[in-house]
Amino acid sequence: MDRRGFLKSTGVAGILAAGRAPAFAQGTKLHLLRWVDFVPAGDQMLRQQLLPEAGKALGVEVQLETINANDLQPRITAAIQSGSGADIIMTLHNWPHLYKSACVDVTDVAEGIAKDQGGFYAQAEQAVKDGKQYLAVPFGVNGLLIAYRKSWFKEAGADTPPKTLDEYRQLGTRLKKKGHPVGQTLGHTFGDAPAWSYPMLWNFGAAERDRQGRTKLDSKETVESVKWMTAFWKDACDEGGFAWDDTNNNRAFLAGEISATLNGASIYIAAKRQQDKIKDEHGEPMWRDIDHFAIPAGPAGTWGYHIPFAHMVMKYSKNQKPAKDLLKWLGAKEQFAKWFEVMDGFSAGSTKYWERNPLWGRLDDAMKLYRTAAQASRIIGWEGAPDAKASEAYSKYIITDMYAKAAQGQAAPDAVKWATSELQKIYG
Amino acid sequence: MSKPIAGGSNGAAGLEVALPHPRAVGPQIRGRILENERLLAFALLSPTVLLLGMFIAYPFVMGVWLSLSSTSVGNIGEFVGAKNFVKAWNDSIFRTAFQNTFVYTFWATIFKLSLGMWLALLLNRSFRGKRIVRASMLLPFIVPTVLSTFAWRWMFDPTFSVLNWLLYKSGFIVTKLPFLSDGTYGLWCAITVNTWRGMPFFAITLLAGLQTINPDLHEAASLDGANGWQRFWNVTWPLLKPVTLVVVVFSVIQTFSDFQLIYVLTGGGPANATHLLATYAYQIGVATGLLGEGAAISLFMLPVLFVVVWLQLRYLRRLEGA
Repeated sequence: MDRRGFLKSTGVAGILAAGRAPAFAQGTKLHLLRWVDFVPAGDQMLRQQLLPEAGKALGVEVQLETINANDLQPRITAAIQSGSGADIIMTLHNWPHLYKSACVDVTDVAEGIAKDQGGFYAQAEQAVKDGKQYLAVPFGVNGLLIAYRKSWFKEAGADTPPKTLDEYRQLGTRLKKKGHPVGQTLGHTFGDAPAWSYPMLWNFGAAERDRQGRTKLDSKETVESVKWMTAFWKDACDEGGFAWDDTNNNRAFLAGEISATLNGASIYIAAKRQQDKIKDEHGEPMWRDIDHFAIPAGPAGTWGYHIPFAHMVMKYSKNQKPAKDLLKWLGAKEQFAKWFEVMDGFSAGSTKYWERNPLWGRLDDAMKLYRTAAQASRIIGWEGAPDAKASEAYSKYIITDMYAKAAQGQAAPDAVKWATSELQKIYG
Repeated sequence: MSKPIAGGSNGAAGLEVALPHPRAVGPQIRGRILENERLLAFALLSPTVLLLGMFIAYPFVMGVWLSLSSTSVGNIGEFVGAKNFVKAWNDSIFRTAFQNTFVYTFWATIFKLSLGMWLALLLNRSFRGKRIVRASMLLPFIVPTVLSTFAWRWMFDPTFSVLNWLLYKSGFIVTKLPFLSDGTYGLWCAITVNTWRGMPFFAITLLAGLQTINPDLHEAASLDGANGWQRFWNVTWPLLKPVTLVVVVFSVIQTFSDFQLIYVLTGGGPANATHLLATYAYQIGVATGLLGEGAAISLFMLPVLFVVVWLQLRYLRRLEGA
C-alpha cells in the first residue's frame, strides 16, 4: 500500500480533501494518558504541535496527561474498574493482553499502519495482537543498549566492548576495582529491570515457559544464568542497584558514578543536549566519551529485550471513533516522523520503515546501533505467548526478583526454585 | 367528615363541621414529628448513616465480595470461596509481608511511644522558646507523608545519600551503607521514617494528658521523698495510662495499615523484602490487576486489627472501672 492508499483507507485523505474537520459532536474532548517521556522534546512535540494539529484536523480537542511510567498500570486498573478515565492510554510491554476485555478492537488502524510501513517488528506486534485482533496500536520500540564510558573501558584494558558475558564480567571486575562499577537495576521498576533480567534467561538458553505455555524455568541453564548474575553483581556492579528505578542509572551515569549501564538512548541524548552542564572528570563534555553496545553474548546467543510501546482505546470511552482516528492520524508517516525525529533515536519506531529515516544519517556514530536494535529482540513470556499470564508474571517482577534474591545471597538453585513455584501459580 | 350534634341555634340540630385550618395544621404536624423522638433521631442520624454506608460499609462489603471472587481488572469473576485466602497464605511473599507488618508496627509503635513520652515530658517543663519548640515539633506530622518520605528517600539514596556522605566524611564508614538496597536495612529505614513522622502525634497528645495532672500530686510525692523516676512511675504514668492507650490504639491501626511510606520509600523492594500487607495488596490488586487476590491480602489485616483494638479497649474499660 502506498502513502496515498493508506491515507484513503484511514479516512485522513477525506478529511484533508474536505478541508474541514469531520462532524464529531461539538466540543468533543479526547484525553490521552502517557508516561513522562525520558526525552522531554517528545512530550513537547506532542503537546505543542502534533496534538493541536490533530485537534484541528479531526475536530476534537486533545488533552495530554503525562505521569510516571511506574504509575501507569495502577491508573489503568483504576480507570477500567471505575469505567472512567482517559480515552487513550499508553501501554508498555505486553500489557494490552492483561487489559484485553477493556480494549477497543483497533485492528483496522493497526493493520493500516502495518501495511503502509512494511509490517511491525515481531515484538511490537506480539505485544498487542491477540489472535487476529489488535488490542492496541503500536507506537514505537524503545531500544535498550549498554551505554559506557569509552575512556574508562580503555583504562581497564578494553579498546572495544566485550563480546561475551564472561568478558563483560571480567572487564566489570577491573572497572569496579578502579572505582567505576557497572550500574544496573534489579529493582521493581518498569523498564530497565526486565530489559536486563529477561535477556539473561534467553542468552543462557533458558525460558520462563515452554511453547505450550507451561513453566519451564527450573533448568540447568537458568541456574547458570543466575550464577553469572550473582558473580557479576558482586564483582562488577554498584550494589545499590537493588533499589534503583529507571531514572537512577541515568543520574548515576551522568554524575560519573558508574561506567556502564543498560538503558535507552536517553543518557547520551541528555549528555549531548546539556553538554554545557554534563562534563567528565576532565571538564570535557561527557557525551564525547559515551558509546553503546548490545548485551554481550551468552552460551545461547545475544538477545535483548527492546520494549514495545502502544496506545489502547478504552471500551468505557464515549469517544471511541475520534480516539481511533487520532491514533490513525498520529501513526501516519507524516505525523509520526515529526515526533520520531525529535526523539533523536530513543524510539526506533514500530516498523522497519523507520530504520531508513534520514535521522539516522544525521545522528552521531554512538547512536547508530539503536537503528536496528529492535530486530534482535524477544518478548516477555518467550518461548510461550506474550499473553495475559506472561504480563502477570512481569507485573509481579518474578524473573527480576529471582536474580535479586540470588545476588543478595540466596543460593542460585533456591532462587530458581522460588521463581519456578511463583511462575507455576500463574502458568501451571 | 361531619356528624349531627345537639344545641344548634333555635333548637335545631347542629352540625360539627371539620373545617380546614390552613395556618394551624402544618405547624401541628411538624410539631408532632419533632416531638417524636424516634423520627427526630432518624432524621438527624440518616445523613451520617448514609455517609458511613457509602464510604465505609459499601467499600467494605465490596472488598469482602472481591476477596471471595476471581475478579481481575475488567473481568467480573465468579465466587471462589476462600481460594484467594488460601493462595495468599501459601505465598512466600505474602508471609514476608505479613511478618514485616508486625515487625514494622511493633517497633515503630515502641519507638514512637518512648520517644514521644520523652519529648512530652521535656516540653511539659518551662523554658524559653517553649511555644516555638512545641509548634515546630509538629512539622513532621503536618507535612504530607508523600513529600516528607521523598525527602527521606533522597537522603537514603543508594548512590547520592547525604547520610552516607556524612558518615564517610566523618570517618564512621569506609563503604556505603545499603540503606534501601538491603531488605533488613530498608525495613529499619522505614521504621525510622515512621517514628520520625508519628512521634509528634504521641508527644502532643501525651503533653495534653500531662497538663491535666494536678501539680499538687507531684509536690506531695516530692514531700514524701519520691525521686524523679518514682514520681513518674507512681504519679504520672497511672494518670497518663488511659490517654496513652488511646494513642497507642490509633497508632497501631495506622501503622499496621500503612501504605504511603513504604510505597514511596522502597516500593516493597528490594526483591519484596519490605512489603507490608497494604503495599503487597496494592501490587497484586491494583498494579497486577488481580483484584480478588489483592482484596484477600488486605482483608488479612482485619482480624488482627480487630483483636488489637478489642484487647486495648477492654483494658481501657477496666481501667475506667477501677
